[in-house]
Amino acid sequence: MPALESSTDKKESLLTIMLTFFKVGAFTFGGGYAILPVVQQEVVYKRKWVSQSVFSDILIITQGMPGQLALNSAIQIGIRLRGTAGGLVAALGVTAPSVIILLIIAAWLYPIMHDNIYVQAAFYGLRPAVVALIAFAAVKMGRDILHGWRGILLCAALLAIAIITQLHPILILVAGGLAGLIICRSNADG
Amino acid sequence: MVNILLSLYWSFLKVGLFTIGGGYAMIPLMEAEVINVHSWLSPAEFLDIIAVAEMTPGPVSINAATFIGYRLVGVTGSLVASLGVITPSLVLLLLLSRILFRVIQNPKTESFLNGLRSALIALILLASYTLGHNAIIDLPTAFVFGLVLLLSLLLRISPLYFIGLGAILGLILYPY
Repeated sequence: MPALESSTDKKESLLTIMLTFFKVGAFTFGGGYAILPVVQQEVVYKRKWVSQSVFSDILIITQGMPGQLALNSAIQIGIRLRGTAGGLVAALGVTAPSVIILLIIAAWLYPIMHDNIYVQAAFYGLRPAVVALIAFAAVKMGRDILHGWRGILLCAALLAIAIITQLHPILILVAGGLAGLIICRSNADG
Repeated sequence: MVNILLSLYWSFLKVGLFTIGGGYAMIPLMEAEVINVHSWLSPAEFLDIIAVAEMTPGPVSINAATFIGYRLVGVTGSLVASLGVITPSLVLLLLLSRILFRVIQNPKTESFLNGLRSALIALILLASYTLGHNAIIDLPTAFVFGLVLLLSLLLRISPLYFIGLGAILGLILYPY
């Protein structure tokens, strides 16, 4: 697991760290796992800030903890290079393009364009496309994660509970996690 | 004003804290907070914002948080909402990293996360169904949904192409 101290002798400037992750934030589309190869290209191959094995360790933590994948990996690499300040500028760098670009769209473009008939037509097709991508995300996660009947059964049971009770998703997630603990313990006993 | 900023921050902090695995894992949480709990947006507006967040560079949930925050309270709202989404990552990695690493190394955490991911799949499926009601409203939109779902199952290409396809089909099929 990654140490908290910086692992290189050469000290990267905070500005370089911020600009590197600004680039990652500004030029990667789609979010999620699409961003990780770009981060890897920058920090492992191009800048050689961390080795491939350290990057793999970082990914393990990134995927096991809450939050955005690009953000979590950026903060960890920033911490390795320059401690807390490095982590903060990495987070700032990867977040800033989103905030700047979306502010421009929300403040200027969206109000002007929203009533335009062609923009409305585009959104008429975009909405079902986004719903299809969300449904696909569920199918893809299911293929990657649900191995064996226990997982499938748990998923089906939680789906039924979510539909019937209308509980907040956080409660369903925690219930799933607790069920996971119980199922695995019974595995160990059996 | 202060009240809505606080509830924006708190809502998006919850989204950040319970999004495990990034990407669309945040959809059910954001849908619950923004549509069901607070009625800040209609489902159709929410889908529009997700489409814009997907088309623009950067993490989808930070993009969506910025947009939603701006729609509600302006620039301050956008900053507060995006700060809310990134707060859990910052706190866990900068202040609680030793505890975090110990928790992640614990084998029980893997069991917990496996169960949580099963729940996540159920929630994302449910979200596509509830949001689908507001997006799949006639034959052309059902066609777009079916085509994009089929193509994304068959082709391993960036979702950006499917977003582009959706927009083009919308322009062609819209009942002007």
